[in-house]
Amino acid sequence: MSEACKVSAERRGDVAILRTDGYINNQGGEEIAREAYAQLESGARALVLNLEKTRIVNSIGISILIEVLEKVMDRKGMLAFCGLTPTIDKTFRIMGLAQYAEIYPTQEDALRGVNPQPA
Amino acid sequence: MSQGGSAPPGLAGAREVSMTIPVAPEMEIVATAQAAALGEYIAMARDKIDEVKLALVEACINAFEHADCRDEQLHLTFRLGREPKGREWLEVEVLDKGRGFDSSRVEPPSIEKSFAGHRKRGWGLQIIRSLMDEVEITSGGGGTRILMRKYK
Repeated sequence: MSEACKVSAERRGDVAILRTDGYINNQGGEEIAREAYAQLESGARALVLNLEKTRIVNSIGISILIEVLEKVMDRKGMLAFCGLTPTIDKTFRIMGLAQYAEIYPTQEDALRGVNPQPA
Repeated sequence: MSQGGSAPPGLAGAREVSMTIPVAPEMEIVATAQAAALGEYIAMARDKIDEVKLALVEACINAFEHADCRDEQLHLTFRLGREPKGREWLEVEVLDKGRGFDSSRVEPPSIEKSFAGHRKRGWGLQIIRSLMDEVEITSGGGGTRILMRKYK
């Protein structure tokens, strides 16, 4: 079906930006997890998930994102989300993801958030 | 769109569309297209339509995964109506002929339980209840009916 999620990655130093396009269900979630784990294995400290081209994330997809979050936390890394629709933002808060991962309006905000400037 | 006629008691004047989807991967997305079209028909805000769509996705995948539907189908009815004081609404009914469940015995999920490695699933009903304005679940040996309403 045309809604299948595509995931692309860009690396900026030790931060990996993963952009999704399409429906995040079990296949979409697995696609994100595969790319996220590859980035972590290759030394990424922080992951920024940009969901601005995704309008639906179902609970199976989110449960896979929770697994990614666990893996990032195990490595003392950071996970940030950006570009969420109000419904996805609300769903992440319902499920408690927002307690453990930061949510930013834009990708630039997220990059600033995972790369705090020294005081 | 049919008018009145087959609507349940209390829904006189409601306009409705019915469809049946097979229990198959991503068929829930086919159903969301219908919900979106009807939401747009009453000029419901896009964010509210997205909430209806996600609630519908969750109701469908819940049935796909757990209901063990005898006819391998989900029966969906979409209704548009208006309250006496004027508020319009979009209602979605998801009916399966599966084995049913006791919703009062569904353990509330939490992310902490997910971290503990027990189970990361089981969020569907909580998401549905959080996103829709009214939700009614009836379930038994003949199947499960989830009725959910969103006001414009």
